[in-house]
Amino acid sequence: MIPEFGHIALVIALCIAVLQSVLPLAGAQQGNVAWIATTRPLAHAQFFFLVISFGCLIVAFLQNDFSVKYVAMNSNTALPTMFKVAAVWGAHEGSLLLWSVTLGLWTSAVAAFSKTLPNAVVARVLAVMGMIAVGFMLFILLTSNPFDRLFPAPLNGGDLNPLLQDPALIIHPPMLYMGYVGFSVAFGFAIAAMLAGNLDQQWARWTRPWTTTAWLFLTMGIALGSWWAYYELGWGGWWFWDPVENAAFMPWLVGTGLMHSLAVTEKRGLFKSWTLLMAIAAFSLSLLGTFIVRSGVLVSVHAFASDPARGLFILIFLGIVIGASLTLYAYRASSLETRVGFAPFSRETFILLNSILLVIAAGVVLLGTLGPLVFGAFDLGSVSVGPQYFELVFLFPMLPLVLAVGVGMHTAWRSANPRELFRRLKWPALGALVAGVLIPWLVFGSVSLLTAVGVTIGLWTVIASLIDPAKKVVGKGPRITRGMVAMQLAHLGLGLTVLGITVTSAYTVVTDESMRPGDTREIGGYTFRFDETLPITGPNYEGIQGVFTVSRNDTELTQLKPEKRVYRVQTNPMTEAGIQGGLGRDLFIALGEQLGRGAWSVRIQYKPLIRFIWLGCIVMVIGGLVAISDPRYRQRVTAKAAADGATATA
Amino acid sequence: MAGKLKFLIPVAVFAGMVAIFYQGLYKDPTLVSSPFIDKAAPAFDLPTLYDDQRRMTEREFRGKISLFNVWASWCPGCAREHDMLLTIAHTTDVPIYGLNWKDERQAALKWLLERGNPYEVNAVDRDNITGIDWGVYGAPETFLIDADGIIRYKHIGPLTPEIWAAEFLPRITSARAMLAGAGS
Repeated sequence: MIPEFGHIALVIALCIAVLQSVLPLAGAQQGNVAWIATTRPLAHAQFFFLVISFGCLIVAFLQNDFSVKYVAMNSNTALPTMFKVAAVWGAHEGSLLLWSVTLGLWTSAVAAFSKTLPNAVVARVLAVMGMIAVGFMLFILLTSNPFDRLFPAPLNGGDLNPLLQDPALIIHPPMLYMGYVGFSVAFGFAIAAMLAGNLDQQWARWTRPWTTTAWLFLTMGIALGSWWAYYELGWGGWWFWDPVENAAFMPWLVGTGLMHSLAVTEKRGLFKSWTLLMAIAAFSLSLLGTFIVRSGVLVSVHAFASDPARGLFILIFLGIVIGASLTLYAYRASSLETRVGFAPFSRETFILLNSILLVIAAGVVLLGTLGPLVFGAFDLGSVSVGPQYFELVFLFPMLPLVLAVGVGMHTAWRSANPRELFRRLKWPALGALVAGVLIPWLVFGSVSLLTAVGVTIGLWTVIASLIDPAKKVVGKGPRITRGMVAMQLAHLGLGLTVLGITVTSAYTVVTDESMRPGDTREIGGYTFRFDETLPITGPNYEGIQGVFTVSRNDTELTQLKPEKRVYRVQTNPMTEAGIQGGLGRDLFIALGEQLGRGAWSVRIQYKPLIRFIWLGCIVMVIGGLVAISDPRYRQRVTAKAAADGATATA
Repeated sequence: MAGKLKFLIPVAVFAGMVAIFYQGLYKDPTLVSSPFIDKAAPAFDLPTLYDDQRRMTEREFRGKISLFNVWASWCPGCAREHDMLLTIAHTTDVPIYGLNWKDERQAALKWLLERGNPYEVNAVDRDNITGIDWGVYGAPETFLIDADGIIRYKHIGPLTPEIWAAEFLPRITSARAMLAGAGS
């Protein structure tokens, strides 16, 4: 019965979403207060029924109800409880339901935390989000229903893909979805503004905290995904330019641009049409990400679905959502522009530069991800776009972007004095340059041009972020607002991530060795001794564990225990790396193949500063949290005050 | 006017993307026609798997009808087709050449040791140099090459008895007939 309840709840949620996309919008356009008043109850009700539906699916997994096809395909009795819950979103159908629940959560959150907004605005925003919800729920019910029954029911199920049996996977997709789907709020605000034909600075102020919240979830989600790839895939890589990673990274790049461009629209009333376009683009790329991952248009390690019916549905859905919003944009955007002057050397220019570079970066990733498809469509032959393309081409927008961050954050609004700026920043910049060349050379013994550039701009961003707080500490700095702290933290995080990426890429030592128990190897100044192998048995797998002792200068540091597992149901062998982490470096051992006569192929890596990549992401997320905690987003601004503000800056 | 028109650019770009997606949707990735069909096999010069001092080139294909199979030890589809390759090697006189693609030598050697070796010779293309020249999408892929070194057919995905009977055998028969006709 429970799966049927889940199914019915989903149908009810769909019906509510249909009402939610029609009534409030009609009310707002017609000025019908009673219809507008249905907005918030409908939003909460839709979310409520989605949660019920999702809960029913979780219960079906926990009860091992293998009469439900989706459960039978993705779970079995031996799966630990924690992973049974994660298995709910481990494949296509359930992850789409999670998508819908996430959208419901955002919808409900907008309804709950928008008390200070005019009701007509909330009505339009939630109606737009309702339309997206209708599309997704129709998609689930028509093409990928997780509640479909299987008859006769099997005694035991298949297993969750062993790659996905990992704690990080329990929170990674929900985080990513919170980010992805969260851009629907900014999208809703953008469409609402164009429908109403009215976009003022107040609009930007309403949109900013929602965008920042979505962005910080996405940042966290991407960082978690990268961390998962690092220690679960067993190769020690942390980013693969896999289509699925790119699908999350493109909205992140454009979303980052959107946050910055929104700041200009709020503070200066500028870049309105650009901000609108970025809001549409960020969410469109999120939808495209779903399309890429779910439709089988591009096949990758993660893609679970390949069924043209599903693909066609998503394509039509994408066509309607993105096509309609871009058409509306073409029709309305020009009338929303305001002409306010700013000097060529000002923070406005830097932020414009920032968002253009970010859009170029997203375009480069999009081109690489879709490149094979484009070539295929025109029968130009097949191209294989590998990490080499991305690693090279991505540098062109990113190097100037990171370099400009440190300057831009010290540049004044409207008009800045370049000479004064040079006087203030020349010593920090020179310091970063000298340190960027000397430190890697002294620590690692050699430095290439690209490494020196990377370390320099990383350090430069870190230093530039810390100048004002440092001055404040010695008591002569300017007043620092919460918004500035948020910006400094986020940019500090960016600098740390750039440092981590540069140093790890340049100075990682990787060796593939054939080792027998008793053998030792010296790598990166550490001695690795292969002691023995032990058989291990887990709840749903068996395997072999290698025991390695790591020492430095004859002092034992730690034991690493990499594993080779074979899961009982899906018999693919899996590599669990043994990692000893540290802020300065990671030591990483993975067991490869058994080579015979007790020998194993062993991959040993020394990875300096790799933790900085994720540390930087955490700092960025903290910056985002500080930004949304700013009380000015929760002040009720009366229509009159908003109008005064608009005229004052215009 | 130009000022208004620029706002149309995004929607125009998007319409183009939709068209490309739509095309992509109905292309069965296993049916993509290769631009290499009926062209001479692209040149390569790679070390062989068992002896990296020895080289294999496209000249190896001359004088007989042969298969060129792209595989790797990390590739599940290759495991599925391996029995079929062994069957072909044991029951027909069509030689199979291998392109060990983006793989580790040790892992590849172990694979052949454990599962049996259907290949005459394997060329090692660790860095996907030859793979790009040959338009390899992913492993496994199998090329049918005639006695003049011309690619006659390409199959993407695991080789099955059905595909062998439906696509490869008729082409091999007709290529043999042509070869015999030219010889007489």
